[in-house]
Amino acid sequence: MDTITLKIDGIEVTVPKGSTVLEAAHAAAVKIPTLCFLKEINEIGACRMCLVEIKGSPKLAAACVFPAADGMEVFTSTPRILANRKKTLELILSNHRKECLSCVRSGNCELQKLCREYGIEDENYYAGANPEFRIDDSAAHMVRDNSKCILCRRCVAACTVSQGIGCIGANERGFDTNIGSVFDLPLAETSCIHCGQCITACPVGAIYEKDSVDDVFAAIHDPSKHVLVQVAPAVRAGLAEEFGKPVGTDAQGKMAAAMRRLGFDKVFDTLFSADLTIMEEATEFLDRVKNGGTLPLITSCSPGWIKFCETYYPDMIPNLSTCKSPQGMFGAVAKSYYAEKEGIDPKDIVMVSIMPCTAKKFEYQRPEMNVNGLRDNDYVLTTREFGRMIKLAGLDWDMLPEEDFDLPLGLGTGAAVIFGATGGVMEAALRTAVEVLTGEELPNVDFEDVRGLKDIRTATYEVAGLTVRVAVTSGLANARKLLDMVKAGELEVDFIEVMACPGGCVNGGGQPQVHASVRNFVDIRAERAKVLYALDQGNAIRKSHENPAIKEIYETYLGEPGSHLAHKLLHTEYTPRKINGNWD
Amino acid sequence: METKKIAFLGTAEQEAELLAAIDDMRNLPGALMPVMQKAQEIYGYLPIEVQEIISDAMDVPIEKIYGIATFYAQFNLEPKGKHQISVCLGTACYVKGSQLIFDEISKQLGIGEGGCTDDRNFSLSSCRCVGACGLAPVMLVDDDVYSQMTPGRVEEVLAKYA
Repeated sequence: MDTITLKIDGIEVTVPKGSTVLEAAHAAAVKIPTLCFLKEINEIGACRMCLVEIKGSPKLAAACVFPAADGMEVFTSTPRILANRKKTLELILSNHRKECLSCVRSGNCELQKLCREYGIEDENYYAGANPEFRIDDSAAHMVRDNSKCILCRRCVAACTVSQGIGCIGANERGFDTNIGSVFDLPLAETSCIHCGQCITACPVGAIYEKDSVDDVFAAIHDPSKHVLVQVAPAVRAGLAEEFGKPVGTDAQGKMAAAMRRLGFDKVFDTLFSADLTIMEEATEFLDRVKNGGTLPLITSCSPGWIKFCETYYPDMIPNLSTCKSPQGMFGAVAKSYYAEKEGIDPKDIVMVSIMPCTAKKFEYQRPEMNVNGLRDNDYVLTTREFGRMIKLAGLDWDMLPEEDFDLPLGLGTGAAVIFGATGGVMEAALRTAVEVLTGEELPNVDFEDVRGLKDIRTATYEVAGLTVRVAVTSGLANARKLLDMVKAGELEVDFIEVMACPGGCVNGGGQPQVHASVRNFVDIRAERAKVLYALDQGNAIRKSHENPAIKEIYETYLGEPGSHLAHKLLHTEYTPRKINGNWD
Repeated sequence: METKKIAFLGTAEQEAELLAAIDDMRNLPGALMPVMQKAQEIYGYLPIEVQEIISDAMDVPIEKIYGIATFYAQFNLEPKGKHQISVCLGTACYVKGSQLIFDEISKQLGIGEGGCTDDRNFSLSSCRCVGACGLAPVMLVDDDVYSQMTPGRVEEVLAKYA
């Protein structure tokens, strides 16, 4: 590899050719502050926080986009630079609603952190116009408060570049510039698919999820209610970050202990219904293959992906698996099978779902997501809200023991835990489908071809005389590429896994917000996925059909996968939607 | 900014003309701006209905079109009225109180800068100098010049075009 050598604050460093000054400084263990920069998706050099001096140049340079060059001498913290950055912060603050005591991002705000580091003495040094903005809480999952927006455009990049949607953007110009939707329409009337990638991209408190923490506490303390909780695979790969632990910390055991201490009547695990999903989806796949059904079959676990498909590819709705997501399946089983087994009136059950996802807040409110006239789920919390509950209840994360989930709906396999990473649903389905087809035990359950972070992964397997061609992708801009290839006949596949968020649920819109200063240098998708793959490795049962709780529910209640009752409880239907014109 | 909704009166012919123009231009680099200019030429302004046609035909997010339309002053989001009122806010007229004239018209018609009345009779804009500084403050209705205007005369001038 071609390299260049330059000096950062007098320290010589050698980096690959093509590196930016920011990357070279990182290699020299010097942190240059940034606000607008998000690697690969928002490299616009707009916020001016990362300005540095370069020897021989009278102008300051934006380190995030300025190419490093051989022999260059960079100074990152001269008095001139520090004064400049301080002024930039003061100017940003002049138009920022500073309610830092009550703000949801207090303590985890990138702007607040920089202000502290740069010693801002007077946050009102410049008095800006501070225009009033309408708070947009129209969408099912989030709130936008532009009075806190610093116009970094990271949310726009997440929506447009990562997700290929672009339902938000910069409107007007100059001091009137604001982030919003066409004709200032409420977000709910746009083609937003509720993925929440904008929320995790936001450096400040301008975008945040709708919070259900108080409602869940109230339900827990209502003695007439039997409050159940399910928690998605990816939550265990992110939650510890809410307590200052490094990205990639396994929180599974402490998470179960925390839920028990919060007072949930039963601490269950979405892993159970992920296994159930595999039973139903693998059966559906084999049925479509053998009986000439619509192929390729496309997974339906990711509600952001589902709304995207309904909106942008309504012609491919017949390709979607009819399986409810694991969240939906869990609630349906809890309010039928579990209620009957335990002799509880399903009306008294409150089903709380903890998800790495904001689109799940939309999904559980879909009219078809019900069981015998009751909502499958009653509240959906993000990983962040779960973290806030734990803090509110005064639980000491470091002191929490590691505990197990309750039986029977707390039992899940290694196949289920990898649902949280891109490729995981496909791998779990393959483990079951192959054994069903061959009737023999798989010598190796690891399907490495479908793992990883390459935009689109494909693999072909020969199983019992059948050729199974699969494709996996995540991030909706990538999904668009894949679907267009399939529609154009450039790629022939039988089974596709799509997850809306880049990297899958581990990087979901409900996961802890990781500062750009970390995100730009650590691949949080890969680090969190490692937690799940390690849990899979460590699980004695790694195939969904071998989960004893799954065997029991089919033997005693559902009958066969794909049975009439299974269809009633565990399957769903979809609605074609429009990209534009939802405001008519 | 809350924009008032004025009934869209686009015809099938206008839409066909726009779609044909999009077909001609779609493969040009940076086709969106010229398409938007063409659309404004056809319709006179870019209401949401027209932005929707462009968005659907070009497969670009409608918000991107709106973002461009609100960034550049050359694009109008509201139609032009039958009578176009222009109030000079250039230096000479301004010091002679033309802002008060503008505000009075705005109040009487219930529209702001770039706005159009519901009946599409009047649209209002400001301009910078019409070369008649000796007659300040000056307003125009279409090609008619009204000199040494006062807020009190606004009602009488507008009545001529009602």
